[in-house]
Amino acid sequence: MTYSYYPGCTLKDRAKELDLYARASAKALGIELKELPQWQCCGAVYPAVKDEIASRLSSVRALMDAEEGKLVTMCSACHHVIKRTNYDWNNDENFRTKATNYMKPEVPYDGSTQVIHFLELIRDEIGFDELAKRVVNPLTGRKIGAFYGCMFLRPGKALAFDDPENPTIIENFIRALGAEAVTYPYRNECCGAYVVLEDKQVAVNQVDRALHSAKAAGVEELITACPLCRYNLIENAVKETMPVHYFTELLAEALGVKEVQ
Amino acid sequence: MENNAKFLTETALRISGVNPRKCMKCGKCSATCPNYDKMEYHPHQFVTMVDRGQIEKLMESDSIYMCLSCMACVQRCPRGVEPGKLVEAVRLMKIRQQGMDHKGPRDIPPMVDEKVPQQLLMAAMRKYRK
Ligand code: SF4
Ligand code: SF4
Repeated sequence: MTYSYYPGCTLKDRAKELDLYARASAKALGIELKELPQWQCCGAVYPAVKDEIASRLSSVRALMDAEEGKLVTMCSACHHVIKRTNYDWNNDENFRTKATNYMKPEVPYDGSTQVIHFLELIRDEIGFDELAKRVVNPLTGRKIGAFYGCMFLRPGKALAFDDPENPTIIENFIRALGAEAVTYPYRNECCGAYVVLEDKQVAVNQVDRALHSAKAAGVEELITACPLCRYNLIENAVKETMPVHYFTELLAEALGVKEVQ
Repeated sequence: MENNAKFLTETALRISGVNPRKCMKCGKCSATCPNYDKMEYHPHQFVTMVDRGQIEKLMESDSIYMCLSCMACVQRCPRGVEPGKLVEAVRLMKIRQQGMDHKGPRDIPPMVDEKVPQQLLMAAMRKYRK
């Protein structure tokens, strides 16, 4: 199967591994991620007011360019922004009309593209049972925690990714790789996000709470799909520290394609 | 309400799409806010102040730069008020004014290390600058 793929800026630079391991893993699973021929930065954060039109156009263009009605995302920020843009496109006539009038496309976007995160693709189109069968190098004995952060889950109505308060998708993913999935209370809280530039202490506090909660539950390593969460969890960890990987790195490892990189 | 306050309030309500009158003042938004301590006006107060037309006070407060956009209050409000959207609206009303950027590209280099993901720089420019 071939899917249109939107990698995003950070995956071309600081978070290259997130992308490279994803491509290698997809190949091992018989999936081709076909990068959109042209794409622009999604903006990293969603403008949550009704009159921000221009800042959402790059997402609309990506949605329009997706082939076969599906667009695969990898970074949780890109996923968040493009998915919410699509949701508002379908639910806010004012945004739809203004953006269409501005872009004047030959064929207006009909709102039908499905935005699918790579984890959703594995869950819904491959299945975790099938993934487990493809694992050649099970991560037996490793105690892994999921760090969901905010952007995958909220607002739940637009993201429709998983239960926003009790998500299970990443835990099921971890189990499929043969490791032990450890849940802990702060897995769906904020890492401190961009406010780290305004006040570093905010990120330090958030990360401390999350890592403390993870450690207390028995987590030995964390996985995430967000480069900013990973940055904060590593660089702003003061009292506790823990290895933090991209989920695709562990996937590649379990599928035996990590070294190919 | 005097004219300017009225105009600002109408703008905040229009661009956020929030109806502060739905708020039942339960305080759940503030209880769940990860940055409650650093916000001079906590999320539930924000909602009441918008309803009372005190937008200028909010625009002058650092609270608008302290919101993490984590959407916890948006998700967890039992009345669907979505306070985080008001914070976003008031911050934008402030930085959309000429010369009112909170941070610009020149402020960034001394604050970052070589590990900072592009996503963070982009997010900061989107949140603090117009
Ligand atoms: S959670 Fe909702 S109803 Fe409760 S105080 Fe906050 S805005 Fe009002
Ligand atoms: S979106 Fe902002 S105001 Fe709402 S809970 Fe998060 S940090 Fe607090």
